[in-house]
Amino acid sequence: MHVISLSPVDLSISALLVIALALLSIPMKLHLSRQLLFAGSRTVLQLSLVGLVLKALFDYMHPGGLAAVAAVMVGVAGVEIMRRQKRRFTGTWSIGVGTLSMFISSFCVTILALTVVIDIRPWYHPQYAVPLLGMILGNTMSGIAVGLDRLTAVAWDQRTIIEARLTLGHRWSEAIEEIRRESIRSGLIPIINSMSVVGLVSLPGMMTGQILSGTLPMEAVKYQILIMFLIAGGTGFGTILAVTLGARRLFDDRERLRLDRLRS
Amino acid sequence: MAGLSVENLCFSGMEPVSFKVGPGQCAGLTGPSGSGKTRLLRAVVDLIPHTGEISLNGVYARTMPAHAWRKKVGFLPAESAWWGETVGAHFIQIDAAEFRRLGFDVDVLSWDIARLSSGERQRLSLLRLLSGRPEALLLDEPTANLDDDNAARVESLIASYRLYRKAPVIWVGHDPDQIRRVAAVHFRIKSGALMQAAKRQR
Repeated sequence: MHVISLSPVDLSISALLVIALALLSIPMKLHLSRQLLFAGSRTVLQLSLVGLVLKALFDYMHPGGLAAVAAVMVGVAGVEIMRRQKRRFTGTWSIGVGTLSMFISSFCVTILALTVVIDIRPWYHPQYAVPLLGMILGNTMSGIAVGLDRLTAVAWDQRTIIEARLTLGHRWSEAIEEIRRESIRSGLIPIINSMSVVGLVSLPGMMTGQILSGTLPMEAVKYQILIMFLIAGGTGFGTILAVTLGARRLFDDRERLRLDRLRS
Repeated sequence: MAGLSVENLCFSGMEPVSFKVGPGQCAGLTGPSGSGKTRLLRAVVDLIPHTGEISLNGVYARTMPAHAWRKKVGFLPAESAWWGETVGAHFIQIDAAEFRRLGFDVDVLSWDIARLSSGERQRLSLLRLLSGRPEALLLDEPTANLDDDNAARVESLIASYRLYRKAPVIWVGHDPDQIRRVAAVHFRIKSGALMQAAKRQR
């Protein structure tokens, strides 16, 4: 097993692709050149920073360092969930619903994997904890963002229907039931789809990276299967929790639809 | 205390409102557009935040879950909303006689919601409300989209329901003739305050 180290020149050549794309976007009036270059620079910067942080973490193995990194990851993902909401909740709920659900779901799944499945000692070994948490958080974040966005957008559009049901004496949970179910489904469909086509249509990035850096294919496959299941669990439980909390928040204690709790 | 009683009901944009509607009595409610007629009804069924006490036949709204209260106090919004594909998906029990009185056969239950005219929607939304057997009726312009014949059918069905079930009724309308015809008391909202306009015995 050996790793061919990439030189700055190698990376510069690949960066030329992004630059060429940005140049092409000018005559085609795609208005994407700035965004492309900016996003490309962020890729380099963010990943380099992560590399430095991981290196430091590996050098000084300490649960406090891991906790700090995990907190930053959850915080950033929570803000990202909030940013993806067209009609987010007002006040602390705007960031609270998504972040709390994501935190509970992804941390439970990650710790389960570290302590029971992989059984690494110590369980907070950053070589395992950080990448696992990252994969699970990233996907849980997407699921929750999609589910919550769907919940609030549809509730907003269908407010007359929800209120008509309340008016006829339906409970708040009955009035929102179908919207809640559809929102959870929409958050879960992507992970179901990727579990069905994984390996056939695309090789997952994690497995590709492992194989490129010299891991035996079957070992990489086993880890990938583990990761897929962990992601499914994290995304699923996280989305169910977030959408359930969000749906409750749309109604007050007198079962009134409170769209004033959403930003218009 | 029989009937619908509202004491010091407060919600945004209105002075405190107090009034009573007796069992089997119909109260007309008029006022300029945007004066708060619909919001008053929505406050009474507890769809919007408010303070004050509301009771029906001596039972206070706050003593029961909101959905139970709304089942008792039937509110008919001006615009009906439908969630299922067919008419029948919105009914748990039907009273064929009531359907016939508004000019429908029971085969209307298989009709597509999308095919309904605005008048059909309005009449069916009244039937949907009555099928839950509410003990009071809050009607927001229940004949706004109807021709004269159908408006008369609706008036007569509501009168029968009101008298048979001894249900207090609040009827929001624009047509003064209709309010005189259907209502025994007449309330008017003027510059954010509710006042009684005229009183007749029935």
